[in-house]
Amino acid sequence: MKPWRQLGLAALAVVTLSAPVQAADVVIGMRSEPSSIDPYFHNLGPNNGMLGQVFDRLTDWTPGMDKIFGRAAESWKAINDTTWEFKIKKGIKFHDGSDLTVDDVIYSYERADGYEGGNSSFRTYTKGKTLKKIDDYTLHIMTDSPYPLMPNDTTTVMIMSSEAKGTGAADKNKGISAKDFNDGTAAIGSGPYKFVEWKKGDRIVLEKFDGYQGSMAQPWDKITFKFIKAEPARVAALLAGDVDMIDNVPTSDIERLKNEPKVSLSSGVSNRVIYLHMDQFRDSSPFVTTKDGKPMDKNPLKDARVRKAISMMINREAIVERVMEGVAIPAGQLLPEGFFGRSPNLSAEKYDPAGAKKLLAEAGWGDGFGLTIHGPNDRYINDAKIAEAIGQMLSAQGIPTKVETMPKNVYFKRASKGAEGGLPEFSFVLVGWGSGTGEPSSPLKSLLATHDKDKGKGASNRGRHSDAKVDSLLDQALATVDDTKRAALLAETTDLAIGKNQGIIPLHYQVNTWATRKGLKYNPRADERTTGIDLVPAN
Amino acid sequence: MSVFIIRRLLQAGLVVVVMSFIVFSGVFMVGDPIEILVSDDADQEERDRMIKSMGLDKPFIVQYGLFVAKAVQGDLGESFVFNEPALLLILDRMPATMELAVVALLIAVVFGIPLGVWAGLKPDSLASKSIMTGSILGFSLPTFWVGIMMILLFAVYLGWLPSTGRGDVQVILGMPISVFSWDGFSHVLMPAVNLALFKLSLVIRLARAGTREVMHQDYIKFARAKGLSDSRIILIHVMKNIMIPVVTVLGLEFGGLVAFSVVTETVFAWPGMGKLLIDSIGQLDRPVIVAYLMIIVFLFVFINLFVDILYSLLDPRVRLQDVKA
Repeated sequence: MKPWRQLGLAALAVVTLSAPVQAADVVIGMRSEPSSIDPYFHNLGPNNGMLGQVFDRLTDWTPGMDKIFGRAAESWKAINDTTWEFKIKKGIKFHDGSDLTVDDVIYSYERADGYEGGNSSFRTYTKGKTLKKIDDYTLHIMTDSPYPLMPNDTTTVMIMSSEAKGTGAADKNKGISAKDFNDGTAAIGSGPYKFVEWKKGDRIVLEKFDGYQGSMAQPWDKITFKFIKAEPARVAALLAGDVDMIDNVPTSDIERLKNEPKVSLSSGVSNRVIYLHMDQFRDSSPFVTTKDGKPMDKNPLKDARVRKAISMMINREAIVERVMEGVAIPAGQLLPEGFFGRSPNLSAEKYDPAGAKKLLAEAGWGDGFGLTIHGPNDRYINDAKIAEAIGQMLSAQGIPTKVETMPKNVYFKRASKGAEGGLPEFSFVLVGWGSGTGEPSSPLKSLLATHDKDKGKGASNRGRHSDAKVDSLLDQALATVDDTKRAALLAETTDLAIGKNQGIIPLHYQVNTWATRKGLKYNPRADERTTGIDLVPAN
Repeated sequence: MSVFIIRRLLQAGLVVVVMSFIVFSGVFMVGDPIEILVSDDADQEERDRMIKSMGLDKPFIVQYGLFVAKAVQGDLGESFVFNEPALLLILDRMPATMELAVVALLIAVVFGIPLGVWAGLKPDSLASKSIMTGSILGFSLPTFWVGIMMILLFAVYLGWLPSTGRGDVQVILGMPISVFSWDGFSHVLMPAVNLALFKLSLVIRLARAGTREVMHQDYIKFARAKGLSDSRIILIHVMKNIMIPVVTVLGLEFGGLVAFSVVTETVFAWPGMGKLLIDSIGQLDRPVIVAYLMIIVFLFVFINLFVDILYSLLDPRVRLQDVKA
């Protein structure tokens, strides 16, 4: 080819390439990288957030998790106690041009339900459900008993094309391996963005899907997610203008970024509550001691009054103000305001040292006792500092408290099953819980219901709180289809489990902060997800 | 020489076997991958299923046996996190790290040797003293801090260089390489300098010490007496003789650059192996950790072998077959 022709072609290429590029591409600096592009491989925040842009779900949450809207589903209703009917929108196209019908939904749910390998499947949401095709656009989902949380559960499982082909063994995961998704072959969804490439440890690139039929916004032509784990580097990348937005802004940088003219901050409360578990199942708890550190044969934490007194000794306002730099909201129950099924009666426990002292004395522990608080140091925002603050507060009020924090990869095993017989090892632990279903039944079920492997309840009940009344109220709520009645039952369960029993001590709701360059804003997502769809031009 | 190489390889094999056991039992004792990977609302049944599918329900010795049985066939297991072969994950990241390490090493050599020789030739001049003081900084400043400061200065305030990540990649001779485009080079520059800083100081000090020693040798005096030019004396006679310690140390350091540039890769979000290692440790991705350390053992053994051979070329007095390692 002649040089001048090459030049001409190059110029043409530059013109055609740069035309749509203007102001419609965006780069996002993220802390956490998904572990797969396979939508059923790993039920985890970063995966669900990233892939939700590529794959539709039947239903989905608005960013604030206050409302469920239909994505692939046009409408849904319970037609009897045990059957939900979903109408699928007509005309939805997959990225390969094929139509989305009930067959694809059933295919997807089957693959999710039968997923082999992988790191925690979506079986929690598909279990006990039978999907039946009525016609191409009508789907019935049936359960054995009344199942009110159906529209909540359908916000989880993504829908892939049943025509996607893979290279794996035919009998496993429909013959499509995680690798087929990661290189893009099988990553065929119907969401607003197409998957382009994933360079592990570096970036994921998505591109606008022109044939998108749904209601979600497509503010950008191309979205590049860069994975920058180190906090100062993430902030610097934004300041240098290399990325347009970062997530998980470190709390210590928020004050500085507020004064930065090039940057705007968007923050919103999340569905994650940080709370304390207390050993309520051992008479002699390993980390509850006498004041001078000797083992005891009595466990004061079994007394609800003692638990309440501890809660009253914690100055939540101070933790939010000093440790969290103002970026958190004191908590009195499992979910922040605005969520379904919250109790109207519970607000954050007031800091009341005198009252706590009185209550302790009343319970027969006026002289105090010794405690050790355990917590992770790399899992939640400022987790180790929170544990230290609580340690100091309790120590100052007659419960000398040692603080021990450790990396999450060591911590969670010990906190869940570190002691003999697979029992929790610690007596007093700091943990967090994000409610994926957007209402309190999931944390009530996992954290406060009696630990029972066969019933699948209390899986993360690390203090082994147990109250038959709580269990039966919760069961009743889970079987009540009527929203108003169920909300009331869930509130009542929360009142009992937290308000009266003090089964756990809620500390605060996490507030997540995103920082964008001026001229953009992020619709803060209560589910802590970072997407390109929720990043929009300001005004 | 071939006897030497064979013996070395046998030793390497032994080291690898011992390492595999130590590493495997080491990661076996730390934490529980299930607790890290599982979603919060999974119930006990789901957790048990995961434990089984990852083979974590078997006793340690069985797990190790299965690992060895697969490893001898070249299969180092599948990553828990990504569900892809651990070996491929690591090899996929290797070019990025190699590229960074090579550029860093070049910076260390190209700047370090002249500066060190200069400092050795004129030990009392102001320039030499500044070079030596500078090299102390290179030794003592923490990489993490220097990296952040560089980002703040060159990316945030001056805006000359991109702050993080790797640039556009071209495939050259089958290897994805980024340094040959401006975009790629501008991305690699800061992390490479950051990584090179310590090595640079080391090379300066080695070259200076070597030069000072060599300059007083008889053969230098003789060369001068013969009337050779200064440049010839320095470039041929001095250089050749100070290279032996420099090559030895750099060989070993190169292994370190490749294997453990974790801090630099983290600060600059460089998608290399070091970042993979640290992420894998955080997520208790045991197969990747084990495979990684196995590969590193191989790497070090080969670098040592390579250095020994190079050594014999630089200094004919060294005869490899005599080395009882």
